[in-house]
Amino acid sequence: MSRQSNHVQEYCLTVIIWTAATMVSIPFIWLMGDLLWNGWSHLSFNFVFSAPLNAGREGGIGPILISTLLLVGVCMGVAVPMGMGTALFLSEYTRHDHVLGRLIRGSLDVLAGVPSIVFGLFGNALFCQVLGFGFSILSGGLTLACMVLPILIRTVEESFRVISREQRLSAAALGLSKSTTIRTILLPAAIPGLLVGGILGLGRAIAETAALIFTSGYVDRMPESLMDSGRSLAVHIYDLSMNVAGGNPHAYATALVLVSLLFMINLSSSWIASRWTLSNQLPT
Amino acid sequence: MDLIQPTSHIIPDPDKRAGFRAWLPYQSTEPFCEPDAHLRANNLSIAYHDLQVLRNVTLEINRGCITALVGPSGCGKTSFLMSLNRLTDLIPGCQVSGHLQMNELDILAPTTDLLQLRRTVGMIFQKPTVFPFSIRKNLELPLREHGTHDRTLLQSTIENVLQQVGLWHEVKDRLDHPAQALSGGQQQRLCLARALVLTPDVLLLDEPCSALDPISSGIIEDLIASLQGSYTILIVTHNLAQARRIADHVAVFWSLEGVGQLVEHGSAQQIFESPKEELTAAYISGIRG
Ligand SMILES: Nc1ncnc2c1ncn2[C@@H]1O[C@H](COP(=O)(O)OP(=O)(O)OP(=O)(O)O)[C@@H](O)[C@H]1O
Ligand SMILES: [Mg+2]
Repeated sequence: MSRQSNHVQEYCLTVIIWTAATMVSIPFIWLMGDLLWNGWSHLSFNFVFSAPLNAGREGGIGPILISTLLLVGVCMGVAVPMGMGTALFLSEYTRHDHVLGRLIRGSLDVLAGVPSIVFGLFGNALFCQVLGFGFSILSGGLTLACMVLPILIRTVEESFRVISREQRLSAAALGLSKSTTIRTILLPAAIPGLLVGGILGLGRAIAETAALIFTSGYVDRMPESLMDSGRSLAVHIYDLSMNVAGGNPHAYATALVLVSLLFMINLSSSWIASRWTLSNQLPT
Repeated sequence: MDLIQPTSHIIPDPDKRAGFRAWLPYQSTEPFCEPDAHLRANNLSIAYHDLQVLRNVTLEINRGCITALVGPSGCGKTSFLMSLNRLTDLIPGCQVSGHLQMNELDILAPTTDLLQLRRTVGMIFQKPTVFPFSIRKNLELPLREHGTHDRTLLQSTIENVLQQVGLWHEVKDRLDHPAQALSGGQQQRLCLARALVLTPDVLLLDEPCSALDPISSGIIEDLIASLQGSYTILIVTHNLAQARRIADHVAVFWSLEGVGQLVEHGSAQQIFESPKEELTAAYISGIRG
């Protein structure tokens, strides 16, 4: 092949790669621009903290923000300990080829791909009706927990593998008990994985609509307890844009709040993760 | 050659070792290797998932001596070591049969207190296995687990043991730094220190030098030689010259028809100068293995 055609080939490849990358970023930039353009002018301190009026066309999103935080709090409060426990069980208390372990792993993989509306129906049947929690933040948070558990468990289990077989053996060779090994060696190693899994789960939970409509409902009043129904930000956006004529401006502003929230979660988690890895390599 | 002879700083100040095992001088090795069996293996066999890898090993390990286990790859040396502190219990599908005795203790008995056994029998692996936290915490963890919580005692024990492995001057200003930032040789010495911190009677060393550069390897080797007499040491090594330099006794393992067996056991001098078995002779002269 001549040098000339080689050069042309290089050039074409560069152009193709640049075009692909640009095309991928366009929708994102468009979306952010659209949100800012339409939502920014409605965003204010008052909007974020006051109650909605006139079905959301006026007023703000205070109670909705609180409901969302409560939902996510219940979700993570349940999912993190259960996820850690299950991951420990899978990696430390069952052999890799054990029937029960395989069964759990298989079901987790299936669960991770189940559409959220199915979780909604399941949550409604189990938490709202069978367990009698009704349409409540508790039901919604528990349903979200079921949704994020699969991904959380798999990432935490993966991070236990950072601890090599030799390190486990040498922990045992020092006469360390299993509980000490888990507490001092395995759990600290799982923190980065927990953060990653937690963030992915949190992102999924905070943006969820379908699973919540059936479980936490869409009452937009300030919740007084976890047993009250509460509307999440995403549900509010859905309601404003689909069911409320003239609700679009506030839907945009709410979306802006939601996206900022996601940004903040992402930034703080990568900050924590980098702090964590740094402190493990450098003097503290 | 100075680098390979770091013996001067290995020798700690005896006064600083109060409350610690009586320190034994490095040079005078002979008297401490006693002709008295510390460990006894009787018809020991090991199998993984019904596949036998070691058959009928009968062997006595003398107290305070360095016994080198040599032999080609895959003949069951690591498996043998791991049966001595029952790490084999942790390996799926591993079955150990026969009889193993340490002093009066029946090692393989189901009632044996494993945490206590492993406190008495320390082990070092081929790859340094420091834990992902600070040097200090690496050494404190086993001590705390076995009931030492007193801060001054912890501090003095850590200093003693780091002196013993010749690491004190290198790390005394960065005890709270991550252990993984140490070099490979330093990490291996830290692992040795971590095993010594529990004042074991027996040390199992599985190819402790093979992942290291020649200088670090020399340092570790000198260190092991300096421990002769204070501990009963079993060391697996593929380095016959090393076995010849430091071992009092040598056990030659061989894989016959795929099953590991002990072919010869005797004093280092006898094995290297007048081996009884043809396999041994071929192995030490480098013809086979
Ligand atoms: N966890 C295991 N499961 C199944 N087989 C194993 C396992 N560990 C070791 N073996 C087998 O047991 C035999 C002996 O292994 P071992 O590690 O004890 O040999 P070794 O003498 O230490 O070899 P090397 O010199 O290479 O370290 C090998 O054939 C190996 O394949
Ligand atoms: Mg081995």
